Amino acid sequence: MSGFLSFLSSFSTTLTFSITFGTVILFGALGEILSEKGGNLNLGVPGIMYIGAIGSLVGALWFQGATGSLAGSLGIFYPILCVIVCLIFAFGMAMLAGLLFAYLTISLRTNQNVTGLTLTIFGTGIANYIGGSLGSVGTVRADVTSDAIKAYITPLVKWLDSLTDKFNLGSLLFRHGFMVYLAILVAIALWYFLTKTRTGLSLRAVGENTATADAAGININKYKYLSTCIGAGISGLGGCFYVMEYIDGLWETSATIGALGWLAVALVIFATWKPMRCIWGAYLFGLLSWFYFLVPGLFKGSDKIFQMLPYLFTLLVLILVSLRRKPEDQPPASLGKAYFREER
Amino acid sequence: MIRITKRDGISSLLSVAIRVLAVIAALILCLVITFLFTGRDPLRVITEMVGGSFGTTKRMWEFLQRTMILSCIAVGLAPAFKMHFWNIGAEGQMLMGGLGALILMKFCWTIPSLPLLILMALLAIVFGAIWGMIPGFFKAKWNANETLFTLMMNYIAIQIVLYFCTIWEGTVGTVKIGIVNGKAEEAAYHKGWIGELFTGNFNDKDYMWLVLIVLVVVVAMWAYLRYTKQGYEISVVGDSVNTAKYAGIRVNKVYVRSMAISGGVCGFAGFLAVSAVSRTLTESTADGRGFTAIIIAWLAHTNPYLMVIFAALYTFMELAGKQMASAFQLNDYYSKILTGIVLFFVLGCEFFTNYKVRFSKKHKGGAAK
Repeated sequence: MSGFLSFLSSFSTTLTFSITFGTVILFGALGEILSEKGGNLNLGVPGIMYIGAIGSLVGALWFQGATGSLAGSLGIFYPILCVIVCLIFAFGMAMLAGLLFAYLTISLRTNQNVTGLTLTIFGTGIANYIGGSLGSVGTVRADVTSDAIKAYITPLVKWLDSLTDKFNLGSLLFRHGFMVYLAILVAIALWYFLTKTRTGLSLRAVGENTATADAAGININKYKYLSTCIGAGISGLGGCFYVMEYIDGLWETSATIGALGWLAVALVIFATWKPMRCIWGAYLFGLLSWFYFLVPGLFKGSDKIFQMLPYLFTLLVLILVSLRRKPEDQPPASLGKAYFREER
Repeated sequence: MIRITKRDGISSLLSVAIRVLAVIAALILCLVITFLFTGRDPLRVITEMVGGSFGTTKRMWEFLQRTMILSCIAVGLAPAFKMHFWNIGAEGQMLMGGLGALILMKFCWTIPSLPLLILMALLAIVFGAIWGMIPGFFKAKWNANETLFTLMMNYIAIQIVLYFCTIWEGTVGTVKIGIVNGKAEEAAYHKGWIGELFTGNFNDKDYMWLVLIVLVVVVAMWAYLRYTKQGYEISVVGDSVNTAKYAGIRVNKVYVRSMAISGGVCGFAGFLAVSAVSRTLTESTADGRGFTAIIIAWLAHTNPYLMVIFAALYTFMELAGKQMASAFQLNDYYSKILTGIVLFFVLGCEFFTNYKVRFSKKHKGGAAK
């Protein structure tokens, strides 16, 4: 019995990790869905998430540095302001990266795969360049912003935890910063936008059959530009969440954000381009990536094999989707194709 | 008002001129950015840029070695891209090839040198080919999206390599295999290292063999695509699947076979990286080069010779960035920014080779475009 209880406790801890981990890729995947629904396969997601991450850090550090003396007089509003500035920077910088991608692929009609991969190289470079230079100044931490983003409602968590004993339901559900819930809200909003609004349906028409959408009077360039740029902004928030909540408002020069970015691309396929399926898909990916934590030392190197599972699952879904040919599960028909009106 | 029309064709002189102009513009932008970051004398910046690749003999060999491995991967992608099959899985195919080579190098070093190296290369090709054939098979059988499929295969390969790095780790806790057969006191010393076979010493001159081998691969691929029946089938499938079917070409077979060749050559690049350069295997043996090669292969329009030129340009920028980073105390990632800029320019200029842009005066109340 006590074995079961301790398993329950570590399972709940693992789930908590999974939710945090999943939120990073959830943001990334939601942005990518918006972009892909408009027909733009943006393989620059890892680069964009890098840029969002460094954008949020630079924005937060700049704001904290410039207005630190006001902290006392503003009281509770100061951390809120910090968070807003941080989010704007993350979203804005990622949008600029998306704009570069949009300009090259939509206006200059370059190949989307190649442009995306280049953007990943460029984004990784610029973010780690700035991030590494921050490190040479001395250890800097966007503490106010990071703490504010991570803040949670302690009494609620304690109360629920005491009710559910070992399983720690309170910690599991509510011991997260607000961005975890924001990601879920974005997913719901995206689902509503894509299925219930006229603009969303038009966007999907652009992604499915651009020429027909053009003939129906939809402004192709406007839709493609906006979906790519806003999508990039949402993906960038994933980078912001990673830096501010996952690693405490610091910068570490590693390939982690890049790997998470590719996992986000995988999640889009896994969820068959459906925002709601992304939510549990993201947490499932998180759980799979942290699974080795639950059964430690199963065999040597077992963690590496478990971390392969998200990609294997995605492949399985990809095969099943092409096998069953259900129209609602297919990728957007014009995904990856440049559109030139005079060429039909 | 700007009018854009598609070009019917373009003279090769003009297309070269557009690309050269783009590269020059990108280089100027890189210079300006470096100048803004460092405030150094532009002449000094240029010296360091060129010095990164050609400053010393050692750097020149480094330049050649990197160019050639990158070319080898890009050339491997050529058959896939020629049949419009988006093989984004070069990274994984190269890693699997490296794994194949390393297994023999680590456990079968008792075999005499020449057969050992040949076997290593063959196993690398087989491993890479299998990694390429899997997405080819699913594309042929159920039309599974190859871009996404090959992309996922990369990460499965990375995890497999990480797994073997864990179980074969040299020092406990490092998750690194360490240099294989690198200890002078062991009987296995230098076994499976390509340089042993040809010259018996292991300075940078051994890269010469790497350069020669890759040049052979480049010419062979050019001839394969241009002069063989299979190469012809690939280009028909690439132009139109329906035409190919009508002409009696078995498209599915072409997909799987070409992906086997594509993956095999990428796996061979993994063998070269392991046997001639790193003498070990890590998850970053491919180091993103599988992705860079995609950009290069695409820019070169599946022409193997152009791939070598673009690979050289990329490597030049990469080493220039590294050199400037160390000379001006910038961060290492500076070179990624520079290579990114050059690639964006070369990519963007494709527009001007495909389309004509004309500026004309706006007519009063003229018809909408």
